[in-house]
Parts: sequence; C-alpha cells; structure tokens
Amino acid sequence: MDDIFGIPAPLLFGQLLLGLINGAFYAMLSLGLAVIFGLLNIVNMAHGAQFMMGAFAAWMLLAWLGIGYWWALLIAPIIVAITGIILEKLFISRLYKLDHLYGLLLTFGLALIIEGVFRNEFGSSGLPYRIPTELSGAWDLGFMFMPVYRGWVVIAALALCLATWVIIEKTRLGAYLRAATENAALVQAFGVNVPRMVTLTYGFGVALAAIGGVLAAPIYSVNPQMGSNLIIVVFAVVVIGGMGSILGAILTGFALGVVEGLTKVFWPEASATVIFVIMAIVLLARPAGLFGRA
Amino acid sequence: MVLQRRDLLGTAAAAAAGTVLPRRRARAQAQTIRIGVLTDMSGPYRDNAGPGSVVLTQQAVQDFGSRGFNVEVLQADHQNKPDVGASITRQWFDQGVDVVADIPTSSVALAANQIAREKNKVHLNSGAATSDLTGPACSPNMVHWTYDTYMLAKSTGAAIVKTGGDSWFFITADYAFGHALERDTGNFVKAQGGKVLGSARYPFPATTDFSAFLLQARASRANVLGLANAGTDTVNAILGAREFGLQRSMKIAALLMGIYDVKAVGLESGQGLLLTEAFYWDLNDRTRALTQRVKAKNQDRPPAMEPAGCYGMVLHYLKAVADMGVAAAKASGADAVARMKAMPTDDDAFGAGTIRADGRKIHPSYLFEVKAPGESRNPWDLYKLAATTPAEEAFRPLAEGNCPLVRS
Repeated sequence: MDDIFGIPAPLLFGQLLLGLINGAFYAMLSLGLAVIFGLLNIVNMAHGAQFMMGAFAAWMLLAWLGIGYWWALLIAPIIVAITGIILEKLFISRLYKLDHLYGLLLTFGLALIIEGVFRNEFGSSGLPYRIPTELSGAWDLGFMFMPVYRGWVVIAALALCLATWVIIEKTRLGAYLRAATENAALVQAFGVNVPRMVTLTYGFGVALAAIGGVLAAPIYSVNPQMGSNLIIVVFAVVVIGGMGSILGAILTGFALGVVEGLTKVFWPEASATVIFVIMAIVLLARPAGLFGRA
Repeated sequence: MVLQRRDLLGTAAAAAAGTVLPRRRARAQAQTIRIGVLTDMSGPYRDNAGPGSVVLTQQAVQDFGSRGFNVEVLQADHQNKPDVGASITRQWFDQGVDVVADIPTSSVALAANQIAREKNKVHLNSGAATSDLTGPACSPNMVHWTYDTYMLAKSTGAAIVKTGGDSWFFITADYAFGHALERDTGNFVKAQGGKVLGSARYPFPATTDFSAFLLQARASRANVLGLANAGTDTVNAILGAREFGLQRSMKIAALLMGIYDVKAVGLESGQGLLLTEAFYWDLNDRTRALTQRVKAKNQDRPPAMEPAGCYGMVLHYLKAVADMGVAAAKASGADAVARMKAMPTDDDAFGAGTIRADGRKIHPSYLFEVKAPGESRNPWDLYKLAATTPAEEAFRPLAEGNCPLVRS
C-alpha cells in the first residue's frame, strides 16, 4: 500500500483509530468536567482522582466481593458518586458564591489527599484487572490488530456522551438544570429544589469520571496516579472546547485524541506537548474556546 | 544516642569550664552521621524504591549496631524532578547531612551527583539506572551500588539475542535513563550480530497509553520489543502489548522490571517474561533471612532490588566510617568513598563483593523468568532463576566507561 507523508498507510489508519479510542476517554472525562463546570461553576480538579476511584472500585468489587466487570460498570460509579455527593455536601457547596479559584484549590487539595490515601493503601505499582472474557480477543482489520475491548470502549463512550447531551439539552430535567444556572432563585420559586439538584448533578459528573475509570481498569494498570496524568490533558480539552460546553467537550475530546495519536507517529517526543500548543493557539484566537460563548 | 566515655569526660571538662550546653551539642553533632534518603515517595517508582528504601536503610543502621557514633536517617520526596532533587540535596548538605542515598530516576541522580562532588559529601546510589554515573559523570564522591543500564542490557539483551531475537524495536522513556538503556541494549544487540530497526521515544511521565507505539513496533517487523522504561510505564506497555497481540510476532524484553511491576502485570499476563535483577528475596538463605527481618516493617512485602541496594551500601558505608573515624568521614566525602572502595563488601542482600575505582559496585546479576500462575507457591513466589552472570562479567569493563577518574 502507498505511503502517506513517509508513513505506510495501514500504520496511519491504525493510528487514527487508536487516536479515536484515546479520544473516547478524553471525551468521557471532559464531558463530566463540562457538566460540573457548566452547571455548578466548579472547576473539578478531583476529576482525575475520581476516575482512579472508579477503577479501584471495580478492582475492589472483583477482588473482595467477587463482583465482575458488568456489575462493576453499574455499581462502581454509584459508589464513587456517593463519595462525590458527600464531598459536595460537606465542602464544595460552601464555595458556590466565591471565586472559581476557591473551588479549584479545594478540589485540587481533595485530589491530592485521595491519591495519597490510595497510594499508602495500595502502593504505586498498580493492580491487575482482567479484560472480561466476553470482550477479550481481537479483530484482524488487515491494517491493524483491533482488540475487541477497545472497540467496546469507543461504543460505550459514544453512547454515554450522546445520552448525557440528550438529557441536558433535550429533556425537562436538563431544562431545569440549565435554568438553575441562569437564575437559581427564580427556578427555586417555581418549586424546584435547586440545592438538591445541584448536588445530584455533581454526583452525576463524578459518576461519569468513575465509569471512565471502570472502562480503563482492564487496559491500564489500576494505580493511584492513573488519573493525574490524564486530568491535565482533559482540562486542556475542556478549555479548547469551551468551558461548560457539552458538545464542545465531546467533539474536542475525540479530535484531540486523533491529533495526539498522529503526533505519536510523526514526532513521539512532542505527543504530550501538542495539546497544549493547540490550547495556546485556540486561547489566542478564541478566548472562550471553540464552542464556548464569550 | 550512644553515650561514650569520651563524651562523658568531655562533658565533665566542659562543665568545669562552665560551658556545658554548647560543647555537648557540638560534640553530639560531630558524632552523628546523617543519611538522607532521597527517593520517589509519590510517583511511578514509589514501590520500587520509596518507603522501602527508607526501611532498608534503617535496617542497615540497626544491623550495623552501635559502634561509638549515632546515625540519623532522613527522607525526602524528589518527585522525579531534577530541580526538586537538587534543591533538597543542597539544603541537606548545607544542614550537615553527610550522605544522600538511593535517588531513583537517573536525571535526578545526575543532578545530585554534581552537588555531592561540589560539596565533598557522599552520594550512594541504588535506585538510578544510568551507566553514565560510572561513565562520563563518574565522581570520587559516588558509589553506584545495585545495577545499571549496562548490566540490564547485557543480561536480558544477550539472553534474548541468543534465543533468536535479533531485530529490535525500542519503546523508550524520553529522558536520561531511557536513552542510556536503549543505547546500552542496542550496543549488545549489534555486537551479537542483531539489528535495531527503530525506536519510539515517548514523553515521561505524561504517557498512559502505549498503543500508538506498540503499533509502530509491530509495523517495524522487528522480532523483539525492547521496553526501555520502568515502573508503571512498563506495566502499561506490557498490558497493551498483550492486548494488541504483539506476543504472536514479537518477544517482549522488559529491560527494567521489578517484583512489584510483575505483581501489577499479574502472572497471567506476565508469565514467561525474562528480566534481570541483582537481588531477589528468595535467592538464597541470606536474602531470605534479610527479608524475614524487614518484611513486617515493609508493609508485609519482601524488599525490591533498589531498597536491598540501600541496605548493602549504607551498611558498607557505616563500616568504612567506623574504620576511618567519624570526624575524618564527615570532613571529606571523597575520603569516605575511597575507604569504601578499599574495603571488600559483604552483606546479606548481595553477598561478598568489591567497589571499583569508578564507583561501580561489583556483584553477579541474575536473569529470571516470570513463573506461570500454576508454578507460584505463594503470593511473592514470582521468579525462577534462568541464568547468572558472574560478578566479573556483569558490569561494563572499567576501561570502556570513559570515566575521567580511571584515565587520570
């Protein structure tokens, strides 16, 4: 087959596909961040730690209780969301009236504490989690070897992103949420319990992070710092997409996954930097992000 | 604190002169050896070094016993950042610390090495891998104890070339350690008639997903995948390689992998991997005895290779201090290291050995094969011994390192 820019075409197709797979993780995580920022005005720096907690919850369910992957996909996010709701009630809810910076610092501190506790308890090397047998194996696509599990990750992420977008943009509940961010007092006057709704929204955003963690558990080592590498990139995705824009977060997540994947072929050393270069350019040209409202 | 007759006499004399406190304090200071364990407490190398290195250093102090001076062990987290590591080292030395020990992460070790030399203190290295520490960056103030990239490359690299793995593709952590490991392994592969078909250097520590590099490795049609990285990165790369079916066409050479990494991969995915260590807890009666002594303090786990190195090198340093006198050892780090080199070494972790002029500690290296789940008798029974490289062949020959100390 022909070369494209000196790279064999099959390799390039493979990399595009891998970029989409990684983009699925970015999209899922930045979606949760965008929901939380858009509706609560909190920059949730604990998101990476909550992603990690999702993976650990899946591991604990299997190792301690014998509960497998499919149930973990449901139970782990609920457990992590409950911890998120407790955090929101105890700490975060006190900061809504203050500057963004306070929420950022608080959640950053929480992330460091959570990661530290897990590191003390489980060490830094990580724990093994097997790919469920239904999803093990791989397809030979000709141009690459495609693990079934990675295909599942993309499908699950797409479904999740679509469902979230529909709930927030197309349903009555979503309309309440959006209205509450515009004018909480007025929505409350209509008899909607706004503080509870906000708490549950935070819980939902955290659950999205945790689902990402469960999906990641079989392919990456389950370790306490697994979220901290990812979270920085995910923040860049949210900023590029436009803070609070749900569609922006999803599209940018997938797109940057592809850009990063291609950089890994042409200039691997720069693959961690490229996203931030794009972020700088976008911020210069469109300070509100690609899909944000100024 | 150990009270000495000389201290008491000195105190009595000082009391007579009416200056008890300052004199006593000054004497206590002079009689205390301070060892700072500078390690990764919060990052990917925490399990391989980290708290384990502190525990094993304390064990060395305990096993050394009381010989007329105090030993104080400090610890700090360098976060794998050369600037953080350098400023802690500088601060420690300025505050009277005599030895900086362990220092995993080659870039941090190279930075601290320079400072130890400048300030004439002692740098005992167990955790860093780069063979440059005893090469161009060698120093009269440093001992590199446990392993280096040359040792790993020779043992694992040569073993794999022998079994027919003659064309290599590297996935390399893009910093001093990864580069050195790739270079040293590549040299062995080429020397034995093999070829290096390419490498992908990825940003450290910002990479979680290795699939893009694995795909490049597969496309290169090499028959060996060389992982020139460590810790969590190695674990993620191996998990990815299994997932993408690389083991069908390639052998995986994890060039630096320890027991905790094997635990993280799991025996199911890890069985059959070849790896090299200078220490394994279940190697002989002495290593088992040491493991028994420290296990309870080490979160009920056997020590990894790097902490075991901390044990050996700190014990040997303390023997040298006892031999030459505390005052002389504190006055000149270079003299203390020279004394260490002049004395033969012997400890439970590594047995008998020597230290060369370039600072290289000499002992055998061991090639292990990871056991299959069915072969493992207990949770930490992970390896079977595949080959031993004798001490005199395990490390780079003295003349080939380009160490300025050797030439002059």
